[in-house]
Amino acid sequence: MKILKIFIVIFFTISFSHIKSDEKNDVMKSKILKNIRCLICQGQSIYDSESEFASSIKLIVDKKINEGMKEKKIYDFLREKYGDWVIYDPQLNKNTYVLWLLPLLLFLLGGAIIFKKLNDQK
Amino acid sequence: MKNKFNLFIIIIFLGFCFIIFYKGLGNSNTYSPKISNKKNIPIFEAKDFNSNAYLDSEKIFDENIFYIINIWASWCVPCRTEHPLLMELSKNQSVKLIGLNYRDNLDNAKNFINEFGNPYSQIIIDNDGTLSVEFGAYGVPETFIVDKNKQIVKKFIGPINKEIVKEIKLIIK
Repeated sequence: MKILKIFIVIFFTISFSHIKSDEKNDVMKSKILKNIRCLICQGQSIYDSESEFASSIKLIVDKKINEGMKEKKIYDFLREKYGDWVIYDPQLNKNTYVLWLLPLLLFLLGGAIIFKKLNDQK
Repeated sequence: MKNKFNLFIIIIFLGFCFIIFYKGLGNSNTYSPKISNKKNIPIFEAKDFNSNAYLDSEKIFDENIFYIINIWASWCVPCRTEHPLLMELSKNQSVKLIGLNYRDNLDNAKNFINEFGNPYSQIIIDNDGTLSVEFGAYGVPETFIVDKNKQIVKKFIGPINKEIVKEIKLIIK
């Protein structure tokens, strides 16, 4: 009887951990698909698109996740095939320095102007 | 003096914005991926069109020659336009054409080949489009040139035309 109980506990633990891992993979898949741009209907993400290209990408992403590939590696794979533009979230590189640094510079500049104005008022 | 300086800064800023947007107007709003440097062909396994047997990429690209990979489908209208040019290219002995049949009905694809001729030395099947993604394709037709080092050196999106055929002939010379 005791052995049977232990067996049942182990069985359910394994089953639930499997379901949890499937859920985790689904969440990761949705996140990735929402962050990939469809090259056929440009303006839609792969997640939203029904094009043939989108369905192929969905299959590829699913396959890569099941192979145990990490999110970053999947993005790298797609970048290598289609360039940086295919990912909605651009990486920091020489082509995107202005994109990433300009808001920061404007923020600092704005801060400096406000600071100066406040100092002048005093 | 200070006001003049501020006005000058504003004019410079607006001028900068104007140039950026004016240049942007001339750019195409559709993106197509380009090959900036050579890429190795993917390692894959695919079904043969005629025998249905599985073939691996090493077996398909086993000769020390140039290869042209053409992604096609029987339902693709531009594929019909480019087909005579592929037939012309297939006469060239220094290159082998590999057809990648994309998301197609096998019977329709066979009818297409019977009707328009077979320029390919080998045709492989890509039922779900994933093999085309491995090549970096996103539509049909697309044509890739693979050099003797088994690297993709050129990619043509859309149907090939006479100008492209001339370019291909120069590459494989």
